[in-house]
Amino acid sequence: MTRSRRLKLQVFRVVVFLVMGAFFLVPIGAMFEFSTRGNSETAPRTLEAWTNIIKTPDLIDAITASLELAAITSIAMLVLLLPTMVWVRLRLPGLHRVVEFLCLLPLTIPAIALVVGLVPISRWMRINMSDSILMLSFLYLVLVLPYSYRALDAGLAAIDIKTLSEAARSLGAGWGTVMLRVIVPNMSSALLNASVLSVAVVLGEYTFANLLNYENLQVAIAYVGLTSAGTSVAVAVASLLFAFALLMILSFVGRPRPRVARAEKTLAPVQLVPPAQGTK
Amino acid sequence: MAPFFVYVGLFLLLPTAIIVAGSFAATDGTFTLSNLTAINQAYMITSFVNSLTISVASALVGAIAGALLAYAVATGNPRGAIRRIVTSASGVLAQFGGVTLAFAFIATLGTVGFVTVFLKDHGFDIFANGVWLYKLTGLTLIYTYFQIPLMVLVFLPALDGIRPQWREATESLGGNTWHYWRYVAGPLLAPSFLGCTLLLFANAFSAYATAAALITQGGIIIPLEIQSLFTSDTGQSQPGLAKALALAMIVIVTIVMTLYTLLQRRTSRWLK
Repeated sequence: MTRSRRLKLQVFRVVVFLVMGAFFLVPIGAMFEFSTRGNSETAPRTLEAWTNIIKTPDLIDAITASLELAAITSIAMLVLLLPTMVWVRLRLPGLHRVVEFLCLLPLTIPAIALVVGLVPISRWMRINMSDSILMLSFLYLVLVLPYSYRALDAGLAAIDIKTLSEAARSLGAGWGTVMLRVIVPNMSSALLNASVLSVAVVLGEYTFANLLNYENLQVAIAYVGLTSAGTSVAVAVASLLFAFALLMILSFVGRPRPRVARAEKTLAPVQLVPPAQGTK
Repeated sequence: MAPFFVYVGLFLLLPTAIIVAGSFAATDGTFTLSNLTAINQAYMITSFVNSLTISVASALVGAIAGALLAYAVATGNPRGAIRRIVTSASGVLAQFGGVTLAFAFIATLGTVGFVTVFLKDHGFDIFANGVWLYKLTGLTLIYTYFQIPLMVLVFLPALDGIRPQWREATESLGGNTWHYWRYVAGPLLAPSFLGCTLLLFANAFSAYATAAALITQGGIIIPLEIQSLFTSDTGQSQPGLAKALALAMIVIVTIVMTLYTLLQRRTSRWLK
């Protein structure tokens, strides 16, 4: 590479990073700025909007509900998906394509479209089962399927589950032992990946909750925003930081151990799942 | 095994079937095309055009800006801190949308937003010709905030597949930078770039929460039309209309995502 071209490239890179950095950081900084404003233009900075969070019972309820939903959805996802995927890999490889297709299907059905078809189902569940907000986790499981599937699939591809399970079985282990004590410990980072992505999706979910008349975190933020913009921006910042922290943990801790380094290629795209609708 | 198929059947296939069947059913359950023809009204057509405009515009802007950022990353140290920060941040920001994103932009570019006030104090009124944040322009700008990171994530692998030797080969054959981009890197990257742009289009076309949080009155794009049918009298009297709109969205996104998959497959042929 010639000297002048290398210089041009460096200038190009610096300009791109500066412009993009500003575009992405300014709105986040502006939220902080906005949430610490006083009542008038000349009023001193205040943390009132932040302390208002705990004084707003609706918000606390919604935050609790969303955290519960996130936990339930992640656990349900693992319980439903992991045994199925392991079983398909071991016994029914012919079904692999079917399961993959079904799991990735939600990527081509926008959440706002899917919710139209979920209305009668949700109504039926409200009447015949329970009208608790936690019922939403049944529906959220659909939303997290593609992300979880890819994370778990990458994790399963990285270990030789056939040999592992046969070895365990020949030593007298039952299927429960094989799952919990052999397969699960061998793919802990994939499980973490799948769970964290599910939590992030559920905490950011707005479409289903809003249109099915449940008040989760995002709906509450939007609602509080109508009366007290500062407080809702403060919650928004807090929930954003929480999601950032989770996903940052994922991108650093969730790396494969060197021993299974060959999985790095397949693990990396986990976050690259096209979020065709996700939280937006 | 069985629980999985029962679950997917009840919460994924059944609602899809309800949408498809409901699109062709009149209120008394007989077959009709009136739900689909009801889309052919001036305000619905406008919403469709708006949805397509926003999606195309934010996909193009996101794809070009994202490709530039991805190129800036790809030309740096493959194990460096910058690359790691940009890819991690992109993973986070591509998921970032909805209410929080809308509020972030209201706090930045709203009428009393940080940047608006800052520029006004320095004698520049960005809303001199009216407040555009809550209109199509603003929505497009906000969408680029999650489009650019998504582009970085999906386009970076293609850029990483480009070998420096190809450039050296071009040069040793007497080609210059233009020749390299026009005849070597360009044609190789084109299918991936096009595919990623389609993905971005589908991403914007499906987006609902950001627009819903930003625009509280009226539906200017299809997802908001669906939302207003949930509460309006039209929605009550013609329940098939929301389903027909949902079906139209699913058809469009499915076509786009299929093309994306085909183009990605073509890219992966030389990527390995």
